[in-house]
Amino acid sequence: MDKKTPVISCRNVWKLFGPDPKQFLATLKPDASYENIRAQGYIAGVHNVSVDVGRGEMLVIMGLSGSGKSTLVRCMGRLHEVTGGEVLIEGEDIGKLDEDALINLRRRKMGMVFQSFGLLPHRTVLENVAFPLEMRGQDRHERRARALEVIELVGLAGREDYFPRELSGGQQQRVGIARSLAIEPDIWFLDEPFSALDPLIRREMQDEFLRLQNMLEKTIVFITHDFDEALRLADRIAIMKDGAIEQCDKPDQIVLNPATSYVAKFTEEIDKARVVHAGVLARPVNGIEVTGEPVSEASTIQSLARLLISDRRKLIPVAGKSGELVGVMDRQEALDVLLGSGS
Amino acid sequence: MTSFSRHALTGLWLLVLAVVLTALKPLLPPVLDRLPVWHPIWSHYLDTWFDWLQNDLGLIHVTRLAASGLGFLIDVAANLLYGKARWPRLEAIPWSTVAALAAVAGYYLGGWRLALLAGGTFTWCALMGQWKWTMETMSVIVIAAPFGFLIGLLLGIWSWKSSRVESVLRPVLAVLQTLPFFTYLLPAVIFFKVGPTAASVATIVYAIPPMILMTAVGLKKVSSDVVEAGKMSGCTRWQMLTRVYLPAARTEILIGLNQVIMLSLAMVVLTAFIGMPGLGAKLLAMMNSFKLGRSVEIGITIVLLAVTLDRLSKALVVKQPEHFEKGTPWWIRHQAWLVAGGVFVFFTALGRMVPFFNEVSRSQSLSVGSEIDDVMKAVLDWDPIQAVTGFLRYFFNVWVLVPTENALLYVPTFGLIAAITGFCWLMGGARPAIIGFVFFTAVAVLGWWDRAMLTLHSTVTATLLAVIIGMPLAIWASRSEKATRRMIYVCDTAQTFPSFIYLLPAIMLFGITPVTVILAILIYTMVPVVRYTIEGLRGVPAEMTEAADMSGATRWQKLVNVQLPLAMPTIAVGLNQALMFSFFMVIIAAFIGTRDLGQEMQRTLAGTDLGKNFTLGFSVVLMAITFDVAINAWAEKKRKLLGL
Ligand SMILES: Nc1ncnc2c1ncn2[C@@H]1O[C@H](COP(=O)(O)OP(=O)(O)O)[C@@H](O)[C@H]1O
Ligand SMILES: [Mg+2]
Repeated sequence: MDKKTPVISCRNVWKLFGPDPKQFLATLKPDASYENIRAQGYIAGVHNVSVDVGRGEMLVIMGLSGSGKSTLVRCMGRLHEVTGGEVLIEGEDIGKLDEDALINLRRRKMGMVFQSFGLLPHRTVLENVAFPLEMRGQDRHERRARALEVIELVGLAGREDYFPRELSGGQQQRVGIARSLAIEPDIWFLDEPFSALDPLIRREMQDEFLRLQNMLEKTIVFITHDFDEALRLADRIAIMKDGAIEQCDKPDQIVLNPATSYVAKFTEEIDKARVVHAGVLARPVNGIEVTGEPVSEASTIQSLARLLISDRRKLIPVAGKSGELVGVMDRQEALDVLLGSGS
Repeated sequence: MTSFSRHALTGLWLLVLAVVLTALKPLLPPVLDRLPVWHPIWSHYLDTWFDWLQNDLGLIHVTRLAASGLGFLIDVAANLLYGKARWPRLEAIPWSTVAALAAVAGYYLGGWRLALLAGGTFTWCALMGQWKWTMETMSVIVIAAPFGFLIGLLLGIWSWKSSRVESVLRPVLAVLQTLPFFTYLLPAVIFFKVGPTAASVATIVYAIPPMILMTAVGLKKVSSDVVEAGKMSGCTRWQMLTRVYLPAARTEILIGLNQVIMLSLAMVVLTAFIGMPGLGAKLLAMMNSFKLGRSVEIGITIVLLAVTLDRLSKALVVKQPEHFEKGTPWWIRHQAWLVAGGVFVFFTALGRMVPFFNEVSRSQSLSVGSEIDDVMKAVLDWDPIQAVTGFLRYFFNVWVLVPTENALLYVPTFGLIAAITGFCWLMGGARPAIIGFVFFTAVAVLGWWDRAMLTLHSTVTATLLAVIIGMPLAIWASRSEKATRRMIYVCDTAQTFPSFIYLLPAIMLFGITPVTVILAILIYTMVPVVRYTIEGLRGVPAEMTEAADMSGATRWQKLVNVQLPLAMPTIAVGLNQALMFSFFMVIIAAFIGTRDLGQEMQRTLAGTDLGKNFTLGFSVVLMAITFDVAINAWAEKKRKLLGL
């Protein structure tokens, strides 16, 4: 398998809920809408979704509640059997794996954090975290050591022997996170993992999470309905509505060029300047003469606000990581992002 | 609305038909009045079939083999508990050790009060000179309950895994739960030899159904998140079952265990009828010879034992694991086991040195049976009491029981079938009506019609009386928080008593008469009536009663127009349970001397008339299930109508 193969690849995935979904899908017109399907007594949890996630990439899935985010992620881990299409994990169709192979794949590669934790009520924190290791048949001492390590990582050191019911919602959530990390998964699914945390800890966990991500280079699918969170974390964002992905793109593109009116409405409230980077606005130089200090392509427009307002240049050069010139940015365009286009 | 009234009309027509048939009885062709007595034929067929099963198929060898295994285990328990001369031929564990261990278990499960109850119960047994009987009873329970638990657990898992198994098991369980206990006993005796083995087999079969149901319910209730977490952790199926599902269904499984234990106790007591020694046998003997004092003492023992076993196993349900702080030394982590070990050694040694703590001899026992007898005789002979019981006996006999019984016996068979069908139709429409028609026709065809009518008569009369007395009581209790709590406590406790116990007060008050039978059933069935009426009334949402208050309703108006209608579905559940309890009790009451199906069944116990036993047993089952279906359909309909 070469490096280019996406780690997760969904191809025309359907997940219908109802009495006989497979049969129903076979007779379904390809352009049937969500309402249409619903009128016939089925719910399209996932509606013809195709999306790839590359190695080390973090895809954030957003959407209103009931839009099918959790269902899509469950299809990726084959907690749901898909009704149509296929899910490839590192090029292999997981729908075709037999039970042993599937168990093996999950044991070696996958971790998942659940929206409502899914902790085993009869096990202590330590035993919950060590659970996946136990399933793999790791010996007691090793799994204990490893579990303690991740418990420490999520900041629950000292609570190893507590039972889930003795912990707050946020602490339980962290146990769930620790458990999913215990086997060092390559692929990490997180279903609203920070939703139960209070804002301060949430911020802390996000930072910790980013650090882990940089360090561990995992492939991550992350569900949230908090846009700020998405913007802080995402490489790409997929926005779902009625089981379908409306748009899947880099955060800048989502806010600058919403593909549908739904996405536009969804992103309306966002402060674009915080999202858009100079690099995105940069156009090819094409022989235009540039003058003065360049700005970094990685800076957000918001961070350039002072400069944009005081600078008099019409075109501002934009430089890449190592200082090379990557393009020029129209100052007016940047100001429009910063202040709104004034329409 | 039109469909509803047409609905009602069909039911009413059937009732009219019943009346007409009864009125025209003298003109009816005899076959509409009574079907020929066919039961010898069925019994014969059944016997042939059983015979084939037993001998030609060789089932008897299988059961005898199983029996010898089970018998061996019970003998071991018997040796340890009361020194029966069997392997391993140790001395019996001293009573003080058993009592102390029970207290330790009580303490760790539920604190001092439970410790006192558990330790006190066994101390009482010993001091009253009932140790051996108690241990005879316990030796069957300690073997039968774990077997019932395990088999029930396995069947529960199976029925949860496979919907086919579930659909087969469901009707079987429904039948098992309404099967009169005499019908459990005879096959047990025939296939497994008389005595403790047959008793434990009957007990196990009797105790399994709720365990199966609770296990399946618990497993179905495990939250999908926990299941998915298990799957994502890479559990195999076996790991899923043993480390995720079963532990997560812990509560329901332990409730199942509680029921297994309680049913085991109830059944073990009843196995006195097939010669199982122990508390039940003693109680039976004492009641037979009208030694009421001793009977009361044994009754108290049985009740104490029931309450103790119930409280201990319920405490186990709510007991949650506690974590220990880091660095807690091992002897604190395992304190309970260490204390139990220490207690065991100490009291066993004490028992060996001081005989009193080993065995309370006859002369030392505190039994005051004969004194109680004297007191009770004096009280019962006291004129005012005599007058009251005498009057009640006369009143019920002459004005209630005899006339209604004669009336019921007068109704031609097909008149009654029409009435039952009409009743079922009014309750729940076509489906229950068809079931009622088929089942009661089957009762007629089975050929025990008159006896079945007597059974039906006692059951229905007692249940109606329970409603007449129990409902006002429950309505009164539901008025105040405190009374509600007390009443529910009393009901919950009373519900744990083995049914056999309820005969005792009835016999004490009325001796051996038909009124006694009704009274015994009445007391027993009042428990669910009161329990569910209170629950139903308390469950009426506050907004509704407040709305009634604001409309200026009087208490009575509020009760009749708001509370009772809304509580009706719940009350119906209680009513249904009451009826099922009566069917159960009326059969046991055969012991007092009835003339119904139960009496005939009790007679079969002495012989090998399996076929007869089954035709009788199934007559009861068919009637019970008819009512069960009709009342449940009605409750369901009401619930839908009320949008609950
Ligand atoms: N097991 C199921 N059976 C039937 N419908 C389901 C099931 N799981 C999810 N759905 C439906 O699929 C839709 C998507 O649900 P979900 O993926 O949980 O949404 P989200 O996670 O975005 O809030 C919802 O309408 C939900 O009711
Ligand atoms: Mg969700």
